[in-house]
Amino acid sequence: MSDSQTPTSAAGAATEEAPVEATAAANAPSAQAAGGRSFLPKSTLLRHLVVVLLAIVAAVVILEITDPFTNSQLAQLSYYAIAAGGLTVLTGLNGQVSLGHGALMAVGAYTTALFLQADEPVPLPLILLVSTLVATVVGALVGVAAARLHGPYLAGATLALAVGLPGLAIYFHDIFGGEQGMRVRAPQPPDAFKDFISFVSGNSATGTKWLAYVGAICLVITYFLLANLVRSRIGRTWRAVRDQDVAAELAGINLGTWRVLAFTVSAAAAGLAGGVLALVIRLAAPSGFTLVLSLSLLTAIVLGGLGSLLGALLGSALLVFLPPFVTDLGADFGLDNTEAAQLAPFVYGVVLIVAMIFAPAGFVGTVRLRWLTYRAKQRAAAARSSSGG
Amino acid sequence: MQQFINITLSGLVEGMIYAAFALALVLIWRSTRIVNFAQGAMAAATAFIALALIDAGQSYWIALIVALLSGFVLGAVVERVVIRPVEGGPELNAVIVTLGLFVAIQASIAIIFGSSFQSFPTPFGVRGFEIGDSTIALTPTSLYIIGSVLVVMALLVALFRFTRVGLAMRASAFGQEVARLLGVRVGRMLTLGWALAAVVGSLAGLLIAGGEFIYPAYMDSLIVFGFVAAVLGGLDSPIGAIVGGLLLGLALSYVSGYIERGSALVNVAALVILIVVLLVRPGGLFASSVARRA
Repeated sequence: MSDSQTPTSAAGAATEEAPVEATAAANAPSAQAAGGRSFLPKSTLLRHLVVVLLAIVAAVVILEITDPFTNSQLAQLSYYAIAAGGLTVLTGLNGQVSLGHGALMAVGAYTTALFLQADEPVPLPLILLVSTLVATVVGALVGVAAARLHGPYLAGATLALAVGLPGLAIYFHDIFGGEQGMRVRAPQPPDAFKDFISFVSGNSATGTKWLAYVGAICLVITYFLLANLVRSRIGRTWRAVRDQDVAAELAGINLGTWRVLAFTVSAAAAGLAGGVLALVIRLAAPSGFTLVLSLSLLTAIVLGGLGSLLGALLGSALLVFLPPFVTDLGADFGLDNTEAAQLAPFVYGVVLIVAMIFAPAGFVGTVRLRWLTYRAKQRAAAARSSSGG
Repeated sequence: MQQFINITLSGLVEGMIYAAFALALVLIWRSTRIVNFAQGAMAAATAFIALALIDAGQSYWIALIVALLSGFVLGAVVERVVIRPVEGGPELNAVIVTLGLFVAIQASIAIIFGSSFQSFPTPFGVRGFEIGDSTIALTPTSLYIIGSVLVVMALLVALFRFTRVGLAMRASAFGQEVARLLGVRVGRMLTLGWALAAVVGSLAGLLIAGGEFIYPAYMDSLIVFGFVAAVLGGLDSPIGAIVGGLLLGLALSYVSGYIERGSALVNVAALVILIVVLLVRPGGLFASSVARRA
């Protein structure tokens, strides 16, 4: 699928059907590579900064016009999206699948919970930073083992991680609170935030709203950093390692190092997501980091399109807004509460299967490829008519 | 000393179940190069079918046979409907499809049978035999477990070595193109392989359920243990899967028996063993091929 990077060769391949490689969405041509008329600046950094500004404005508007319940849903969305962003970079760009991101989120969540237990907790940004760092270290350790694995082996090893790591929280129950987990005291919103909210909309600056903002800020920062990374030399190297490892090695790329780096970056995102999660749900417990969490993240990125940050965001939105919808639907069909609650994972599973069989490139990848094919065909038609005439 | 014997015995019995489950994974890996992460959920589904029959008043043995048959059908249907489109494609796609199956089947179990803990009967007693005046950790149920796993393994060996179907299945696993040219219906053989593997996995699920409580996710640990056992044995070799299963059963039994509150550490121990094996000897203890790009 690497030939979809330029529109002309995509036309040569005449890809009418969806691409078979799941990672096709990761090969996004940048605005200038696609030769499109773009209103965005040419420089990648500037372009991403513009998007960041727009995202901040959009986040404030959305958080202020929606009710408190939607605010808390959006806070939920932010931690799913941060973790999914990290995972999509790992799986989409570097071709490594991880079922252990739920466990890495647990590392971040427990770190945040431990730090907030102190009588005089250190500032929140510092706590989240430390959570990210701890998860990064754990991720680097896992990554060293994971770098030598591929496909099913890696999936199995990270599966063992997802099932095994929460056991540590139960074993060291003096520190981590065992099965009950640790309650998290959510920090109070600072005065500057209250002033800001009363200036912007006059809504009451509740704790929920503050956490939704914390989540949104973390999300924007994470995606900005990841987007730059994807477009950089590092992102290109990851794609080379994924698609043609032998050629990449011949070109002087040390495969192991780059795979470990991808896992580490991805784990950092998972750690931050875990920290935000602990703040939002105010609890860090083993039952919150089951295998289903890791598999939900996988569903989000597969559905959105592996390797696409936009896809990860869309997929995460599905994780947040789909469960209430299908649970209500199930209740209408006469299922009781616990049964209806299982409808969401059922849909995730079916979505994973159907997406992989019919549109492995996911939503963003498929749309992007259709668009490229369409444009290339138009250009070819234009070239034919001009040369003929 | 007595404690050591008891822990070893219970480790061996658990190990037999892991071995059976690992064998199911290996059967599928050999034929389609796919690790079936849905194996545990499929086995759990058949265990719930068996339990429903037992609750309806049927005997354990009828329930067992129906469960194994439904495992056979489930395996065949799964291969034909959702695995066939991704066979031979990028390995990431196949991994994701089996994971999707895993989630979907587990959720369906919870929707159909409920997600509460339900006790699963065992046909034999769970009281240990007495030798002299001490009771050892070998129960009639553990003899039943060992016996049924051995019987199934003997049947599989007989199938693969002495029948035409077994020969055709080995041929399709060994070289699909060549087998197809020689007139083997490779597609059917793959379906049959998945169906047989599902039967073996389902047996493992029923055996581990005996005398315990089952709930939709009760096989989650077993899929990890089965995978670790299979990788220990090289993922390619049936004998390796059995030895790997026994070794893992012993190791985990020692962890939970000798470390205080060690039962919380069993899953972590499996993770550590897996990582060590993959780093030190990625080909496993019994890999048939030397060069495996792990």
